[in-house]
Amino acid sequence: MKTDVKLTSMVKTSGCAAKLPPEKLHRVIDNLPLMKSDKLLEGFESADDALVYQVTDDIVSVQTVDFFPPMVDDPFIFGEVAAANALSDVYAMGGEPAVAMNLLCFPSCLELDVMDKILRGGIAKVKEAGAVIAGGHTIADPTPKYGLCVTGYMKKDEVWSNSGAGCGDAVVLTKALGVGIVNTAAKGGEASQKSIDEAVDSMTRLNKIARDTARKYAVHAATDVTGFSLAGHSQECAAASGVSIEFDINELPIIEGARELATFGFIPEGRYTNEDYLFDKVRFEEGIAQDLIDIAFDPQTSGGLLLFMPEADAKAFVKEMDKPYCKLIGRVVPKAERDVIFK
Amino acid sequence: MELDCRGLSCPEPVIRTKRAIADKPESIDVLVDQRAPLENVSRFLKAMKYNVAVEELDGEWKIKATK
Repeated sequence: MKTDVKLTSMVKTSGCAAKLPPEKLHRVIDNLPLMKSDKLLEGFESADDALVYQVTDDIVSVQTVDFFPPMVDDPFIFGEVAAANALSDVYAMGGEPAVAMNLLCFPSCLELDVMDKILRGGIAKVKEAGAVIAGGHTIADPTPKYGLCVTGYMKKDEVWSNSGAGCGDAVVLTKALGVGIVNTAAKGGEASQKSIDEAVDSMTRLNKIARDTARKYAVHAATDVTGFSLAGHSQECAAASGVSIEFDINELPIIEGARELATFGFIPEGRYTNEDYLFDKVRFEEGIAQDLIDIAFDPQTSGGLLLFMPEADAKAFVKEMDKPYCKLIGRVVPKAERDVIFK
Repeated sequence: MELDCRGLSCPEPVIRTKRAIADKPESIDVLVDQRAPLENVSRFLKAMKYNVAVEELDGEWKIKATK
């Protein structure tokens, strides 16, 4: 049994950067038979964060599943990050998680104490979310992976879809970007402790406060920013809403040190596969620094909410949140040649 | 000097390149076979003030860095 194993040394890709590249994924799922039900209000085709299924006339269930390999060596923190990331999809729909189940792939060569800590990290975050864990499923697997299947319930007319963004809406992001870059550098022992601490603090932070606060304001559309990057997830919203989105690249909240680490080539592979998929959908104005383009395509693990709100609501929301990482970063404009434009 | 980083995942090619240029050689060639290491090693060498040129050979790349 290994006792002092580095979790990240057992994996090639980590966190949401381990997502299958979107271009490959779409080649398969776009050709699958579409399963329809009158009660399925959001499914595959809208590329939303979670499915929405009608339970009664006015109540829907919001369900999601998310799991990935570790991006940190501490098993408790890995459990926290994986749980915060899975719970986030329910927050991104405007809902509150109610019940969760564990999904765990665990190497037989590791001490059971590591499993205990991963699961305890998950419990801590699910408890903080006010939900409960009720069972799960575990597979012996050489690469550790953990996550949750999460269900929430909410009023049908309170769901935040990713398709309601309207011209004139302001766009707010509630966490800093650059987590994928910092995690890649940390794996190589090249990230500063300050960068690592900021990334861990961000990844373990529930999107609960952002969701609870935003519920007091008008939200026209929402998603969360994870493996497909700010560029990718905003493109999904733009396409689903039939609009384009303009970002002010200098307004993006960025983890301390991430830009410099990008300059030195500590960039996850997912940043490049995101660009490959999005090259004809996203435009960067001339003169934007390369490391800022890296930030825009950087796969995030347990990233923030991306909220589309009337400008006055967005400003009041940002003021109430009062955090440096929660910022107004762009606006919705009429559909243009590209879905997403960075200025 | 030539460094073979084929088959390695990020950030390993950058880490190995960093070790290889610790003594500040005048030039180094780095072999890679995926896009991410090609981009990342090129960026690292440029950040370390090398001039970088890339030669493509059958789906692999040779990153040629000179001072």
